[in-house]
Amino acid sequence: MFSGRAIAELFAAMGITHVVTIADSTIGAWHPAIEASPDLQLVRVCREGEAWAVAAGLYLGGATPLVLIQCTGLFESGDSLRNILHDWRMPIFAVIGYRSYLNQSTLPGDTCLVFTEPVLDAWNLDYRLITSSAQLSEIREHYDACRLAGKPGVALVAEGKA
Amino acid sequence: MNQPALQMPLHDALLALHRARAPEDVVITSMGAAREWMALGAGPLDLPLVPSSMGTAPSIGLGLALAQPGRRVIVVNGDGATLMHLGALVSITAAAPANLTLIVQDNGVYEVTGAQPTPGAARARADGSSVDFIGMARACGFRSIFRFSDAGQWAREVDRILATEGPNFVLLDVSPVPGAVGPRSPGPAAARARDLHRALSREASRD
Repeated sequence: MFSGRAIAELFAAMGITHVVTIADSTIGAWHPAIEASPDLQLVRVCREGEAWAVAAGLYLGGATPLVLIQCTGLFESGDSLRNILHDWRMPIFAVIGYRSYLNQSTLPGDTCLVFTEPVLDAWNLDYRLITSSAQLSEIREHYDACRLAGKPGVALVAEGKA
Repeated sequence: MNQPALQMPLHDALLALHRARAPEDVVITSMGAAREWMALGAGPLDLPLVPSSMGTAPSIGLGLALAQPGRRVIVVNGDGATLMHLGALVSITAAAPANLTLIVQDNGVYEVTGAQPTPGAARARADGSSVDFIGMARACGFRSIFRFSDAGQWAREVDRILATEGPNFVLLDVSPVPGAVGPRSPGPAAARARDLHRALSREASRD
């Protein structure tokens, strides 16, 4: 839906300094552009629970991190995000890929479509669903609104085939 | 590997670190180490990670070290907590911050829940051998790796190790604290995060 270049330019314009991430087939295609950006540092982690914690350390140290993971990683990383976003109330923003939302040909009946939004609701995360390329600017609008409110937020970006 | 014959008291291990750390260092502690560190006196730039998501302290340390490359960041983590996020060892060495030291205090048990053995402890394993944290650190690519079982030797070496270019991995063989309880939160976590964020941002702007 979005090119890596568009995403990298968006993150840089948002003032993001570090993108803490694990690839999926959509997000991974953005990595080269993010890595090539002089304004962004890509930080690779091995599991999504680490991502929230690395972002927390970056935030505490004065950087402006963003977590970039797939919804499956959201499911995996619940306790870490609970601790960082709710116990410690760090206003970390995430862009989360919504697997199979636009195309279920690879994984018919993908249960990511059943659980992703209820899980975001369960974690009290203010998310904006992004389903078309015309909505790129909405990611920044939602980020700015969350930042102004001093709270975490999520841009839930629809993905195609897994 | 079997449990080492010599184990240092956790208090002694942390006392040596407490004396060696510089005021501008950030020290992140979790679980039993957080309890002992707070008793010794945590500094304004320290993060006793209470409450925690167990196992995330090294990852928080990685983020802090990347955000503040001119400042030493020291993480003290338990063996059970380290086993929970072993991938963090790889994430640390991938980014390779020279200012990060990860200290793993290995007592072989989940101390604050009643000293149940971890799956890495010799007595919980089918072959009777404990997992090899030093071998793991080496395989993950840590630049400098150290192990101490004697508190006196650790106390003599800690200054040199903290001055070594990292990322550093230090394994301390420590004895479990009988009847130990979990650390008590020293105050509202959100306020402590805000204070540390402000303090580090202020310090960074002076650099």
